[in-house]
Amino acid sequence: MDTLTINNAEIKVNEEGYFTDPSQWNEDIAIEMAKQQNIDLSEKHFEVLHFLRNKYAEEVPLTIRKVGKSGIVDIKEFYKLFPGGPLKISSKIAGIPKPVSCV
Amino acid sequence: MEDVKEMTANKVVAKEKKEVKKIMVICARGTLEDVYAALIMANGALAEGKEAKMFFTFFGLDAITKKKADHLHTATVGNPAFMRGLPTMIGGLPGFEALASSMMKKEMEKLDIPPVTEFFEMIEAGGGEIFACKLAADMFHLKKEDFIPEVKDIITVGQMYELAEGEGTHMVFI
Repeated sequence: MDTLTINNAEIKVNEEGYFTDPSQWNEDIAIEMAKQQNIDLSEKHFEVLHFLRNKYAEEVPLTIRKVGKSGIVDIKEFYKLFPGGPLKISSKIAGIPKPVSCV
Repeated sequence: MEDVKEMTANKVVAKEKKEVKKIMVICARGTLEDVYAALIMANGALAEGKEAKMFFTFFGLDAITKKKADHLHTATVGNPAFMRGLPTMIGGLPGFEALASSMMKKEMEKLDIPPVTEFFEMIEAGGGEIFACKLAADMFHLKKEDFIPEVKDIITVGQMYELAEGEGTHMVFI
């Protein structure tokens, strides 16, 4: 277990940098997390992040396809918003564990 | 014996880990399970931030042919892993293969695995590229308009190798 210090808060993360306690997340922390991935968070990004967090809270397994059907973004936009592995990167910024799905 | 083990272990440790940057999936088969294996590997590569290209040849062309893509079957005859103990003659009954295939598709939908044509849309949206083999297309008398719109081009084997160029490319043959 590692800790990240963001905005003076000690965030508990696993060895890959995913939050181990999603309740430690807030939007300001997300902005800082996103900067490390060279992403400037827009309204659209936040909509996706909240969607992911809600689904995670409902214990729905997350896939890229689900995000594509969310009505927030289509799959193409999702890849554009979070380049280089959209679901992994967005989940990290959203403060939820790494998704385990193969689709 | 112990010395050998130690030497091997040291060699493994000393090896530099090299990143997989691009996946080139070649699919020559048209059964449901083979086509899905190809789709899942290509899509999975994109989801991990890698490049993915797909090349369909021979019976694999069924996967990208408009009329056939969403109607692929799994073999119920000549497939010993399918329902172990099922007599071959039962597997060969009319309609049995269609029934088994539709049941498999239902199970896949539960796991959020999309139908074949939607899967290709996802792969294209993720930046993946899909190609048909020229020789096989000629052999089966298939033209660009017979293929789903995600098929970028009909290319030769030489062009396929050009697409695979670059460091960190891995080729997967199905």
